[in-house]
Amino acid sequence: MSVQKREVLPVKNSNDVVLARQKVRQLAVELRFSLVDQTKLVTAASELARNALDHGKGGSMTVEVIVNGARSGLKMVFEDQGPGIANIEDALKDGFTTGNGMGLGLGGSKRLVNDFSIETEVGKGTRITAVRWK
Amino acid sequence: MERIPVLRMGSLLLITIQVDMHDKLALQLQDDVTERISDWGSTGVLIDISSLEIVDSFIGRMLANIAGMSRVLGAETVVVGMQPAVAITLVELGMSLTGVRTALSVEAGMELLYGNSITGSEDERTEA
Repeated sequence: MSVQKREVLPVKNSNDVVLARQKVRQLAVELRFSLVDQTKLVTAASELARNALDHGKGGSMTVEVIVNGARSGLKMVFEDQGPGIANIEDALKDGFTTGNGMGLGLGGSKRLVNDFSIETEVGKGTRITAVRWK
Repeated sequence: MERIPVLRMGSLLLITIQVDMHDKLALQLQDDVTERISDWGSTGVLIDISSLEIVDSFIGRMLANIAGMSRVLGAETVVVGMQPAVAITLVELGMSLTGVRTALSVEAGMELLYGNSITGSEDERTEA
């Protein structure tokens, strides 16, 4: 698997979430994802960026255009140094929230992409990786 | 300051969301809509989201909040113009905007609101 393009954006405030969405949209268009797939990617990016901001106290987003044989895809990695997630299973359940949201962010984003993984350590931070293949 | 305009059309309020939403703008809009309903006695709120390229849970929650607050103040809300790709994504995300009425276009939304008020008064007459 090779990385063709990589960009790192800060996720420190509400406006960064907007910029993160725009970057993902731009790359999804370059990769010629269908409109529905673009929308899913941008929506997942929005949820995960907001998650990093609201629960992880801010962090960063790394987006990569990746190629695996004949397949290309978009990989998004959201990292924060926040409190971490104590129970990943609960965090992925629809309706589970420790903040004031609807609790759809993580579980919902997982449904919008093909590959989804969470690495987290309580007190250290969280890294969420989401990939959608073309 | 950046602000989403709230237009008055007879007894309705028309709001067209065209910008990328962020927290402050959403809170400002909730304030503006509730104030206008209270000032003008509006009975309906039309929110046009046809220019929105995504609706995430944040925007979905804002729409549901506005609909709820307006209802408490006596105004019905209809969200109009959602793009098909947005609808597909929103449902997959797990949000079906329950409690928020929707219509395909501003015209259809107006019909729903006006039709509603007419039916409403007829019901009252029948009951009386």
